[in-house]
Amino acid sequence: MIFRIVKRAELSKKKAIAIRAAAIVLALVAAAVFIFALGRNPVDVYLSMLKGAFGSSYRFREIIIKAIPLTITSLGIAIAFKMKFWNIGAEGQIFMGAFAASLFALHFRDMQKPLMLLIMAAAGIIAGGLWALIPAFFKAQFGTNETLFTLMMNYIALKWVTYLQYGPWKDPASFGFPKVANFSDNAILPKVFGIHIGWIITLILIAAVYVFINRTKKGYEISVIGESENTARYAGMNVRKIILTAIFISGGICGLTGMIQASAVNNTLAVEVTGGVGFTAIITAWLGQLSAPIIFIVSFLFAALLQGGAYIQSAFQIPQAAAQIIQGTILFFVLGSEFFIQYRLVFKNEHPLKTKKEGA
Amino acid sequence: MNRRAFIQIRGITKTFGAVTANNNISLNICKGEIHALLGENGSGKSTLMNVLSGIYSPDSGSIFIDGKEVHFNSPKDSIKAGIGMIHQHFKLVEVLTAKENIIAGQKGSFFIGSKDLSRKIKDISEKFGLEIDPDKKVYNMSVGEKQTVEIIKVLYRGADILILDEPTAVLTPQETKRLFDILRKMKDAGCAVIIITHKLNEVMEISDRITVLRRGETVGTVNKNETNIRELTEMMVGRPIDLSIKRIEKNPRSPALQVKNLTVLNEDKRHALDNISFELSAGEILGVAGVAGSGQRELCEAIAGLYPVAGGEILFEGENIVGKNPREIIKMGISMSFIPEDRLGMGLVASMDMVDNFILKEYQNQKGFLIDRRPARKKAEQLVKKLDIKTPGVHYPVKLLSGGNIQKVLLGREIESNPHLLITAYPVRGLDIGSSYTIYDLLNEQKLKNVAILYIGEDLDVLLELCDRIMVLCEGRITGIVDARDTTKEQLGLMMAGEAISDGIGGGL
Repeated sequence: MIFRIVKRAELSKKKAIAIRAAAIVLALVAAAVFIFALGRNPVDVYLSMLKGAFGSSYRFREIIIKAIPLTITSLGIAIAFKMKFWNIGAEGQIFMGAFAASLFALHFRDMQKPLMLLIMAAAGIIAGGLWALIPAFFKAQFGTNETLFTLMMNYIALKWVTYLQYGPWKDPASFGFPKVANFSDNAILPKVFGIHIGWIITLILIAAVYVFINRTKKGYEISVIGESENTARYAGMNVRKIILTAIFISGGICGLTGMIQASAVNNTLAVEVTGGVGFTAIITAWLGQLSAPIIFIVSFLFAALLQGGAYIQSAFQIPQAAAQIIQGTILFFVLGSEFFIQYRLVFKNEHPLKTKKEGA
Repeated sequence: MNRRAFIQIRGITKTFGAVTANNNISLNICKGEIHALLGENGSGKSTLMNVLSGIYSPDSGSIFIDGKEVHFNSPKDSIKAGIGMIHQHFKLVEVLTAKENIIAGQKGSFFIGSKDLSRKIKDISEKFGLEIDPDKKVYNMSVGEKQTVEIIKVLYRGADILILDEPTAVLTPQETKRLFDILRKMKDAGCAVIIITHKLNEVMEISDRITVLRRGETVGTVNKNETNIRELTEMMVGRPIDLSIKRIEKNPRSPALQVKNLTVLNEDKRHALDNISFELSAGEILGVAGVAGSGQRELCEAIAGLYPVAGGEILFEGENIVGKNPREIIKMGISMSFIPEDRLGMGLVASMDMVDNFILKEYQNQKGFLIDRRPARKKAEQLVKKLDIKTPGVHYPVKLLSGGNIQKVLLGREIESNPHLLITAYPVRGLDIGSSYTIYDLLNEQKLKNVAILYIGEDLDVLLELCDRIMVLCEGRITGIVDARDTTKEQLGLMMAGEAISDGIGGGL
């Protein structure tokens, strides 16, 4: 063996930051090789990625709009993950939240705006929460595996929305195009400073989840159960009830994402409503170490990366797949650096096995 | 001993992160000797033996066997070199027979030459007095039999250096005696035997030479005949220490806990506890002895409301608490404390700090949604001073503390709630000698305060010295409840092996 892997002792904050910075530099170098192979100048591409992300107030707004669903969903996932309940079903919970919100938006087109939006939000939260509660119930009752269960629930939700869009909910006025009718103006979230109000909801949720996890009894119970169910039982906690409550909250927050996206971004129910956020948010929740403020920062940077990637496609005529390879490369190094924060490699020159025992 | 050393260990250093488990350790072991490796938990014994058996590779240092330097990259290499390790937790396949376990992982022909094999096993058995039925399935075996299979396994592979890691921890005194007879025969046959232990009595009984480790370093090697327990303790701990445990004589008062015809079934629907009855009075320490897995855990957890009860009654100060979960027991106003065997997996939240561990039992009594951590922090700070807990601060994760300090945190938290009944399961397991005595003192202090204490123990000497009465469990049944003042270790051993006590002993208790 040339090297072996050794777990690090305590790592200073400075060193951890240095490792992460090194990872980003390496990522840029690796992606540069790829860009060079495409026949472009890597420095130009990187500069324009920055420009594409932060270059104008419009582009900055686009980042925020992308960061909103990512942050909220990550917060929802983080609550479940804190309890070591592997909720991979955010995607489906977003769909069901969007579906329930649309149900009201489409059927009560003339309801007063504030009331309508409140009802839609409540419907989204409850639908997302209930959708998550199904696997949680089976886990609490029969010990089923929540990872597979929540994952499969995603496809049911996706196909349900697809069915509605191509079937019963198809807009007759769309000339045969498979599309659900747009919401009336009453069902669309208002804008504040040019961005839909979702950003304010996001900030409130960050604070709320932070307080929930760190300061409330329920948050404390969730942390204890995540660490050891035995300890929770020992302390007299009602483990079943806490799991169900926490997962309802987790799914409910994801459901709220669905309502916000359907209302403010798509203006209707569509299969594109999640934009894959349910899966991306798993990455951002982990990178954010399940902590609300860090999740916000990570989600913002992630959205900037997406936005920059979208910009270079048009600016350099790079195909979408190539832009995604660059994004993927950068993400690969950033995620990989987490390994080196926990472990280090030790190189050594080992002698080959020399001695065999002879006789007794 | 002037014989040439068979195994020479020179300057072994092994670190794990910031922890130096072995620091420049040197050691010589001769053929035909039983060498005890003595040291407290965390002194580096197991690390050193894992280096010798090829599981870890050392950072520096070298090992010579029979004068030749060897480098082990895996346990395979060390087996080839004639080293056989008997781990504390047996590594046997339960559904296979003894014979199949013995040949598992061996090179040889595709078909199992059953006759040859049986003969070879028989040869080894006879040579060392190892009694074993080669065709018995492992899951039908007692702990002692399993250990015998492990020993035959390494001998079959041609080991002449035998390492045993805490081999007596799971044995009754009688089984221990049998094991020691076997080890002596091996020694006479020219094997080198290394036995890792922290039990001083056993060291004095079985070994020829003793090497003491402390904090990853060799303190010294002494001949058994030229030393005594007191000196060994001092070498282990680093300072002289009083080894006697006080038993506080006190007249027990009214019964605090009455257990009547308690029956508990385990996951396989077998009787973990079979119709047991006993009483425990306020101001009394009742010890529970028994081979590991005789129903001790189920007894503790059943009383604490963590294990389903199939039948019988548990009366706490007259009130039946069967069928109540811990929350309900707390709500009934019953002040019972349970120090579970699994401290970090049940009693405490490993990654949380002292403050968060302190609110575990009391947050439910706070009003509102939010948690106020200030009272807990105050309590934690007081306890650090009172029990002299070594920690960088009350916000330091408890899992990073040493075993003794972890136990102080747990016991301290429970004592703070002024319990009437204290259930302690192996409270000194894994603790160094100094910490163990602190725990005994704390228990005695509680006894003086009229707390009823159930003490699940494994060291019979401690049980006999500390407790008022001792209840012996064997396979879920009580084989005797005796007065600790007039009982011997041998009598306890017989009861642990399942012999119900005759009327003469125990004084009618």
